[in-house]
Amino acid sequence: MTLRTPGADLPDHPDRLWRPAEPKRAYDVVIVGGGGHGLATAYYLAKNHGITNVAVLERGWLAGGNMARNTTIIRSNYLWDESVGIYEHALKLWEGLEEDLGYPLLFSQRGVLNLAHSLQDVRDSVRRVNANRLNGVDAEWLTPEQVKEVCPIVDISPHVRYPVLGGTYQPRAGIAKHDYVAWGFAKAAADLGVDMIEHCEVTGLDVRDGRVTGVQTTRGPIAAKKVALAAAGHSSVVAGYAGVSLPLQSHPLQALVSELLEPVHPTVVMSNAVHVYVSQAHKGELVMGAGIDAANSYRQRGAFHIIERQMSAALELFPVFARAHVLRTWGGVVDVTPDASPIVGLTPVEDLYVNCGWGTGGFKATPGVGWCYAHTVATGEPHPLNAPFSLDRFTTGKLVDEHGAAAVAH
Amino acid sequence: MLLIPCPWCGPRDEAEFHYGGQAHVAYPENPAALSDEEWARYLFFRDNPKGLFAERWSHTAGCRRWFNAVRDTATNEIHAVYRVGEPRPVTA
Amino acid sequence: MSERSEPMSGAQPYRREGATGKTLRFRFDGRDYEGLEGDTLASALLANGVRAVASSIKLGRPRGVYAAGCEEPNALVQIEEPFPEPMLTATTVELCDGLVATGLPGQGRLADRPDPARYDAVHAHCDVLVVGAGPAGIAAASVAARAGARVILADERPEPGGSLLGTTETLDGGPGRDWAAREVAALAALPDVRVLRRTTVVGHYDDNYVIAVERRTNHLGAAAPADVARERVWRIRARRVVLATGGHERFVAFAGNDLPGVMLAGAARTYANHYRVLPGSRAVVFTTNDSAYAAALDLADAGVEIAAIADVRQAPGEAWAARCAGRGIELLTGHVVTAARGEGEVSSVEVSRREGGEAREIAADLLLVSGGWTPVVHLFSQAGGTLRYDEELGAFTPGETRQAVEAAGFARGVGGTGARTLRACLEDGAEAGRRALAAAGFAVPAGIALPSAGEEPAAAPAEHLWLVESDDYDAHFVDLQRDVTVAEVLRATGAGLTSVEHVKRYTTAGTAHDQGKTSGLLTSGVVAHALGVDVSELGTTTFRAPYTPVSFAALAGRDRGHLHDPVRVTAMHEWHVARGALFENVGQWKRPWYYPRAGEDMESAVLRECRAAREDVAAMDASTLGKIDVVGPDAAVLLDRLYTNMMSTLKVGSIRYGVMCRPDGMVFDDGTVIRLADDRFLVTTTTGNAAAVLDWMEEWLQTEWPDLRVHCTSVTEQWATVALVGPRSREVLARLAPGLAVDNDSFPFMTWRDAEVAGIEARVCRISFSGELAYEINVSSWFGLALWEAVMASGEVTPYGTETMHVLRAEKGFPIVGQDTDGTVTPQDLGMEWIVSKKKADFVGKRSFARADTSRPDRKHLVGLLPEDPGVLLPEGAHLVETSALPEPPVPTLGFVTSSYRSAALGRTFALALVSGGRERIGERLYAPVGADLVPVTVTSHVLYDPEGARRDG
Repeated sequence: MTLRTPGADLPDHPDRLWRPAEPKRAYDVVIVGGGGHGLATAYYLAKNHGITNVAVLERGWLAGGNMARNTTIIRSNYLWDESVGIYEHALKLWEGLEEDLGYPLLFSQRGVLNLAHSLQDVRDSVRRVNANRLNGVDAEWLTPEQVKEVCPIVDISPHVRYPVLGGTYQPRAGIAKHDYVAWGFAKAAADLGVDMIEHCEVTGLDVRDGRVTGVQTTRGPIAAKKVALAAAGHSSVVAGYAGVSLPLQSHPLQALVSELLEPVHPTVVMSNAVHVYVSQAHKGELVMGAGIDAANSYRQRGAFHIIERQMSAALELFPVFARAHVLRTWGGVVDVTPDASPIVGLTPVEDLYVNCGWGTGGFKATPGVGWCYAHTVATGEPHPLNAPFSLDRFTTGKLVDEHGAAAVAH
Repeated sequence: MLLIPCPWCGPRDEAEFHYGGQAHVAYPENPAALSDEEWARYLFFRDNPKGLFAERWSHTAGCRRWFNAVRDTATNEIHAVYRVGEPRPVTA
Repeated sequence: MSERSEPMSGAQPYRREGATGKTLRFRFDGRDYEGLEGDTLASALLANGVRAVASSIKLGRPRGVYAAGCEEPNALVQIEEPFPEPMLTATTVELCDGLVATGLPGQGRLADRPDPARYDAVHAHCDVLVVGAGPAGIAAASVAARAGARVILADERPEPGGSLLGTTETLDGGPGRDWAAREVAALAALPDVRVLRRTTVVGHYDDNYVIAVERRTNHLGAAAPADVARERVWRIRARRVVLATGGHERFVAFAGNDLPGVMLAGAARTYANHYRVLPGSRAVVFTTNDSAYAAALDLADAGVEIAAIADVRQAPGEAWAARCAGRGIELLTGHVVTAARGEGEVSSVEVSRREGGEAREIAADLLLVSGGWTPVVHLFSQAGGTLRYDEELGAFTPGETRQAVEAAGFARGVGGTGARTLRACLEDGAEAGRRALAAAGFAVPAGIALPSAGEEPAAAPAEHLWLVESDDYDAHFVDLQRDVTVAEVLRATGAGLTSVEHVKRYTTAGTAHDQGKTSGLLTSGVVAHALGVDVSELGTTTFRAPYTPVSFAALAGRDRGHLHDPVRVTAMHEWHVARGALFENVGQWKRPWYYPRAGEDMESAVLRECRAAREDVAAMDASTLGKIDVVGPDAAVLLDRLYTNMMSTLKVGSIRYGVMCRPDGMVFDDGTVIRLADDRFLVTTTTGNAAAVLDWMEEWLQTEWPDLRVHCTSVTEQWATVALVGPRSREVLARLAPGLAVDNDSFPFMTWRDAEVAGIEARVCRISFSGELAYEINVSSWFGLALWEAVMASGEVTPYGTETMHVLRAEKGFPIVGQDTDGTVTPQDLGMEWIVSKKKADFVGKRSFARADTSRPDRKHLVGLLPEDPGVLLPEGAHLVETSALPEPPVPTLGFVTSSYRSAALGRTFALALVSGGRERIGERLYAPVGADLVPVTVTSHVLYDPEGARRDG
C-alpha cells in the first residue's frame, strides 16, 4: 500500500506557547476578549507602541470563540475603498506574518473565487474587480471556463439551478490555520510581556466621570488606564456595562467539515447567490461555511435547516461532493452591523475603545485590525485605516455598505 | 429549528417564520423633529441582550401575521408569545 | 495452544461453526473474499483472517479492527463498488454481494462521476422518540407504545437488540436478541409506532427537533432499487425523547496499543457471539473492570484460548475470578499490559505488576482491552444538557437539561461499575417510558411486565486507569485515527496548555472520523494525569452534531437542480420556449432574454428587437412584475406613507409611477400604482422584489399602523401581462380590441381602461417603460397564452425579451432598481427629485434625506455616458477616473457604469453610470479603465433618447 501521509507536512508547534497568567491589580491596557483580534492588538501594542503592561482577558479558553470556529478565508477584494484599505493592509501583513511571529501559520495563498450566478451578479462582480484594481488589489474576472480551470470540480453546466456565469478571482487570497494564528500572536505577545488571563470573564466596566478606570471580572477587579473591547458576539453585552450602546445584532453562524479527502479543491470558492463557501484544508477536509441564523441568539449553535440548505447549495456547485460526509458542525456568535462593516474606534466613554461588528468576516482582518486598533488605543486617535469605521457614521449616514456587492462578507 | 407557538396557528417550525428583530420600537411620531442622533438611533440601534428579548416574528408561511415573542437569547427558550399591540407580558 | 479448535481452513478460516446466511463475495484491497449475509465488512475481514485493514494517517502504522460499531477508531475503508464512497468504518459497512473496498491510509476519495442515487427527507411527529433499540430502549418504547402514545423507535443497526446482540445473555429463558426481535416486531405492528432500523439519530436540536438518517438501500448493494431513496433524513419533532444510546468501551494508553490484534473486549465478544467470527486464536485480556471477564469467557467458549487476564485491580469480582479459575484461565490481578508487540500485528503481550517489577511476555495474537465504559451522552449534550462526572463509572453522565429529554439505561450510567447490568437497564428504560408518558399527558400504566433476566454476578468496583506509566510514551496511542500519543499530549501540556480544547487542537486528538468516541475521555484523562488534576475538573470537549458522519447528499435531499429553488414561469412560457427564446433568471422566474432568429447573435437580435419597438410594434411578456391589490378605506393613506410621492391624489382610472425607500432613504423598489376605485389600488413591483414589497406593506400595516383599514393581496400570478410597444401598437390594439377607444383623448397616457382584447376580458394600461407609445394588456393568467397568441397572430408584432426592455428603458434614462441602484442610492441621486414629495409631512425615508451624508453635493448621480468612439461598448461595472493616465494605486474612483448597451435608436453605444457629483459634470470628459486602456467618455444627461417625451403618444 502506498503510504500517503496527509498532514504529515504540517509544521510542529513550539514547545512553549504561553503560561497562563494570574491577573495583576492594574494594567496600562486591558483587552477584553482573547480572540484573534484581542491577541493581535496586544501584540502590536507591545511591538509597535512599546506598551507591554497589557492583559488579555478571556472568559473561556484563549481564542476559543469565533477564532476557533471560522472558516479561515483571507481576502481583500471588498467593494468599497474604506474596506479595501483595512483588508488589504491585513493581507499585506499576512504575507509576512509567519516570519514576523516566528510561527508557521499555514498561510496558503491559493486564491479565492467568488462566483456569479445572475446577470446582476456579473455586473456587481465586474464592478468589484475594477474597483479592486484601482485600489491596487489583485483581482480578475473569469469566464465560466476560466472558473473551471481554477477549480475543475465546479459544475458550470446549465443544469445548475442558477448556472455559473463567471467569477471574480483574487490570487493572493487564501486560507490560514486559525489556531496557529491565534497561538502565534499569543506566544509573540506573551514573549513581549503581555499577560494571557484565561477563564476570566468581564462582568462590569468601571466608569468614573465619563472615563473608564478598570474592569470587574470573575477573578476580581482589575484597574486599567485604557480598556479595549474585542469581544465579538458579546460586544453588546460588554459595552453595555459602560452604558455604551452599539448598533449590533448577534446571530449564530455555522460551519462544518468533512472527513479527510484526497485533494480535489485547489482554491477557495464562495458563492453569495447560492450561498456556499468552501475550501479544502491542509489535511484534506472540506471546510464549509453555512448561512447565518435569522434570529438573534447567543447560543453557539445554529439551526439545522440552515445546514441542509447549505448542503443542497454545495451539491449544486460541486456534484462530486455527494458522498462526502459531514463529520462535525459547529456554530459561533457573530455581531453584525447595519452596513455589514465593522466598528473600530473611540466610544463616548474616554479611554474605552471598541472593535466589533466584524460579522462573518473578522478572521481575515486579524493582523490588520490588530495593527490599527493598537494604534487607536495607544494614541487615542483612530488610525487612518479604521477612521471610516467610526461609530458616528450611523448618525451621518456615511455607511460603508458592503451588502450591495457582497451580501455574504466572509 | 425552533418550535414557535404562533398565537394564531399554534406551534410551527421556525422555517415558516420571518424574523423581525426587536419589538416595541415605534416609528417616531414626528421624524422631522428628531436630531440626527435620535434618528440614527431609530434607524440602526436595536437592543441585543443576552437573555430575555422581546422580538417580532411574522408567520410568513402560515397566517402571515406579525406577533411578538419573549425569547431568551442565551437558551432560545420562548417564554411568551403575544399579539401586536399587547403589552410585553411579565416573564420569569 | 493445544485445546483450542483450529480455525477452519479455506474460506473464512476464522468463522465459527454454526454460522448461517447466504455467502456473499467481496473484494478488499484487491483480493477476493467470501463473507456471510449479516456480516459487516469488519466481521467478514476478521472471518478471513485479515488483521491489518488500514494504515495510520501520520505514521503509516498498520491498523486493524478495534471495535464493532460506529465508535470504530481504526478500520477506515473506501468503498469502490457499487459506487465510490469515501471513508467509512468497516464496522458499519454492511456486506453486500460484489462490494469492493480498500483500506484507507487517511484520506478518502470522492467519485469522479455523478452520484445516481436519490435522497429524500420526511417530517415526523411523535409523543415519544426512543433512540436506541437495546434493552432500555425497547423497554421504554414498549411502555410508551402500549399506553397509546405515538412512538418512534430508532436504531442504527440492521436489527434490534443493541448490546444484547453481542452477548450470550438470556431473557425469558432464551437469547436476549430473540426477545428483542420479538418485542420490536410486536411494537412495529402497533398502529402508532414507527420502528426505524438502520437509522442513526445524529442531531438533537432546540425544542426536541431531532435529526435521524436512515440508510435504506446500501445493504442491498448493486441490487438496490433505483427508485428508492438511498438515504432519508428524518426530521422528527418529539414531545419527549428517551436516549437509550448505551455506552462505548474505551481503551487504555499503553505501548503498542494500536497494533492489529488489539481490540476492545466487548467488540471481540460481539464478533464471537453475533457475527460468529473469532478475532484471534490466543488472547490476553487487559481490563480495569468486570465487563471483560464476560468477554473472555464467551471467547473461551467459542474456542479462543485465553492466555491470561491482566486486571489492574487487586480485587476483581469474586464470581468472575471463580469462573476463570474454573476454566483454568490465569488471572493476574494488580497487573497491567505494558506493551503489545509484534511485526505488523500482535504476536506477544508484555505484562507486569502495576507497580513495576519484572515483565513477562505472553504469546498471543489477540489483546482484548477494556478501560471501562463511557455512556453515549452525545445527543444529551447536543440537546443542551449538562454533564457531570460519575466517580464510580469514571465517566461523564447526563446532568440537567431544559429540554424534554432524558437518558435511560447505560446511557445515564445505570449499572455503574463499568458495564451495564441487564435487569437494571430494562427497569430503567421502563421507568423512562413511564415518565415520558406522564410528561406527554398519557395515563401511566401501573406496572409493566419485563422479561426475566438471568442471574448476574455481583460487580466489583472498576478502577479508572488512563495510561500505563512508562519512560517513553511514543507508542502509547490516545487517538488512534489521528496518531496522537501520550507523548504529544504531554508536549501540549508542557507548552502551557491547560484546557482540553487547546490540547485537542494542539494534537488534533478527537477531530477524526470517530470524533473521539473512544478517545475523548481518554485524552481528558491523560491531560488530567499530566496536570495533576482530576478529570472531573477538566470536563470534556463539546459534543457536536452529527453523532456519526452524514453524507452531503442526504442533507441536500431533493433540493437539487430545478428543485433547488422553485422555477416560476409565466402562462406564455411554452410559446417562448417554442420560439427559441433564451432565458434569464430573474429571481425565481424564467424570463425570455431575447429571441434570436437563425444566424443571429445576441447583439443583432437585440438591435432588431429594439428597432421593432422604436419603429414598428413589439411585445414583451411582462407577467412577472409583482402585482399587489391594496384595498380598504385607508389604502391611499398607506401608499402615501410608503411611496415618496403622493398617491392619494391619484384619480380613479389613472396610473402613477412611484418609488419606495427604506427608512434610511435608499431606494427600495419602484413601479406603477393604478387606482381602481377610491378604496382600491393595484400596485406593481419589480420582478425580484414582489414578495419583499408585500412583506414590507404587511409589516408596516400590522406592526406600526394597525389602525389603517387596508388589506394587501398578492395577485402576481393571477394576471398575465403583455406589453405592446411601438408606434404601431395603437393600431394593433385597436384591431384586437374593437370596442376600445384608443385615441389619445379617449385613452390618454397614464390611464387604464377595462376592455375586451382578442375576446378576452382585459385591463389595459397606457404606460410605457420604453418611451414609446405602449400599452400593457392584463388578463387572467388562464388566458395569458391566448392573449399572447392573439397579439402574435398577424405576424407583424416582434416578440422581445428583457435585454431589449433594458436597452429601451436605458435610452430613456429609466433606472432599474438593483441594477442602477445598489442600496446606497436615493431618488435624488437618480435625478428623481420630482418624485420626492415636498407636500407630505412624512413618508418612509424622508427624514434620512436631511442627514449630512445624504445631502452632500458630491453624491453619486445617475448620468449618461457616451464613449467618444461610438463603437466602443463599455463593460458594465467599469469604473471612471478623471485622469487620462492611471497613476499608482490607490486611484480614487468617481463612479461606475451600471448599464451599457448598443443603441439602434442612437446609432451608437451609450451607458448609464453613477458618478460622483455627476450632474455637475455633464459635458466633462472622464476615462473608464478597461483592461489596459483608458476609454474616454463624455458625461451626459441620463435621458438620451427623446428627452421631450414626444414619442409616448405615438
